[in-house]
Amino acid sequence: MDNQTNLPAIDITDLTVAYQDKPVLWDVDLQVPPGVLLAIVGPNGAGKTTLIKSVLGLIKPVAGQTLIFGAPYATQRRLVAYVPQRGSVDWDFPTSVLDVVMMGRYGRLGWLRRPGRDDREAALGALEKVGMARYAGRQISQLSGGQQQRTFLARALVQDAQVYFMDEPFQGVDATTERAIVDLLKELRGAGKSVVVVHHDLQTVPEYFDWVLLLNIRRIAAGPVGVVFTEENLRRAYGGRVGFLGGNGHSEPAGTAAPRRAETQAG
Amino acid sequence: MSSTYLEIQLIAVFVGVACALPGVFLVLRRMAMMSDAISHTVLLGIVLGFFAIGSLESPLLVLAAAAMGVLTVSLVEVLMRTHLVRQDAAIGLVFPALFSIAVILISRFARGVHLDVDAVLLGELAFAPLDRMDLFGFDLPRSLVIMGLTMVANAGLIALFYKELKLTTFDAGLAAALGFSPALIHYGLMLMVSVTAVGAFDAVGSILVVALMIAPPAAAYLLTERLSRMLLYSAALATAGAISGFWLAVALDANVAGAIATTLGALFLGVFLLAPGRGLLAQARRRAGQRWEFAQTALAIHLLNHENTPEMARECRVDHLQYHLRWQPEFAATVVGLSERAGLIQRSNGDLRLTDDGRERAQTALVYN
Repeated sequence: MDNQTNLPAIDITDLTVAYQDKPVLWDVDLQVPPGVLLAIVGPNGAGKTTLIKSVLGLIKPVAGQTLIFGAPYATQRRLVAYVPQRGSVDWDFPTSVLDVVMMGRYGRLGWLRRPGRDDREAALGALEKVGMARYAGRQISQLSGGQQQRTFLARALVQDAQVYFMDEPFQGVDATTERAIVDLLKELRGAGKSVVVVHHDLQTVPEYFDWVLLLNIRRIAAGPVGVVFTEENLRRAYGGRVGFLGGNGHSEPAGTAAPRRAETQAG
Repeated sequence: MSSTYLEIQLIAVFVGVACALPGVFLVLRRMAMMSDAISHTVLLGIVLGFFAIGSLESPLLVLAAAAMGVLTVSLVEVLMRTHLVRQDAAIGLVFPALFSIAVILISRFARGVHLDVDAVLLGELAFAPLDRMDLFGFDLPRSLVIMGLTMVANAGLIALFYKELKLTTFDAGLAAALGFSPALIHYGLMLMVSVTAVGAFDAVGSILVVALMIAPPAAAYLLTERLSRMLLYSAALATAGAISGFWLAVALDANVAGAIATTLGALFLGVFLLAPGRGLLAQARRRAGQRWEFAQTALAIHLLNHENTPEMARECRVDHLQYHLRWQPEFAATVVGLSERAGLIQRSNGDLRLTDDGRERAQTALVYN
């Protein structure tokens, strides 16, 4: 990967996506360097999931292009792992945890080739990493929400990618699992991977992530959290529906009023 | 047993297994009713093919029928994509439209040919051995050869594309992201269902194809937690249904296809009630057990909460449970009795004390994991 280190891991230019005649993403640009944890935040309907899906070629954009390490996604699939929303699959499907994790290896296997011992061992290793090793043989319908999410993460880990896209991995998981996921994200970053996470909890953005993309159909701001995660940008992204409690006691980058805590007001 | 009986049973088994295998994926993809639609609309393909070719023997008819099956699926999807019609309604609109055109065409232009509406709807398995062909010097019923080939082809294709079918059925999004084409697999599966339906409705009629495609997989789904075994059980149930259905028909002197569908329905019902783990009976038994188990845990937690507190003497008594836990006296007495027997508590003169086991039970129940 030496020749790729000076290229951005993800390079999105002029991405526009529409459902029928309604724009869901409008002219979005984003460059993400390798080794960065990036949160995508924005209100409901801001196009966060759509952004990920169009990068992965699951939705056809009206305009724009996406490059992964300088080349189109279709030629770089092996470098990219994807964790869809937990609710997007049928957890009553007759299969085991280990089997689901092995699906992460199908991409490198390609058509017709069957998973073998290597794939099995990789899957078991990934389950070990997410603390799910003893659930390997379990039917997936018997998992709790947190365990389902860990299974999905293990499936992404066996893809052994350079870039990870995760759609709301913290959705409906308990505090222990959230902690485990954060540790995992940091470990991935430590190994030089880029991780893009659709995230909902504004409070934890500064703690968990180093970059943030504020999105509301358009790109509101993107860059290091300390620079762009400001009250003003949040207000622009959420349209004044966000209440802030001023920060105190924590070291904030000089000259920015990055909020320690921001909540979406109920109602 | 005469060779005719044997041949009919073999045909029935081949039809059953050929239908049950792709049926597994229809059930898992929540597309069960699509099989009903396809098994009817392929008739239009056959009729149009017959008019074009002028023969009912040509293998090209299968192509015409399969094309019509795929057209059915596409039309349903086009309707759904407008977001004005849901899937079930879309199926209910498309298939009667295409099927009724076929019925009109047959009754108007093809009277007297082998294509008659009764045979199409109900099949003629009992007469299947009459239509024979020569294969490598063996004189075999045409249906036997066709359905045997269909069954082998279906089993082979599913074995070959097992990984792809599993992935696209479970998580189409990931499949597409990994570079597999869910659409290709989807239409491949629909093509398989269409071709199978053509062969199957010759034997059992279009109404009952859906029974063969759905009942065995639906029952197998309740019996296992692994896809590979679901395929296996589905094929086994189809075989059992085909053979016992045939003998039911012989005993009742009734339509074979109807008897097979009835048997499959009965098999499903049996599994539905009796399946270990997921059957209704097992569920009811588990739920009843859980109620008592939970009550014992609740009692242990209650005692733990008040253990070594000033109000212990008042709270930890049998006659207080009805105030604190809102339990009827008889229910409380039973739970206390069960807990005592399980070694969770000790009783002396109406005072209740936790044993070490009971304390552990209460503590583990309170830990969130």
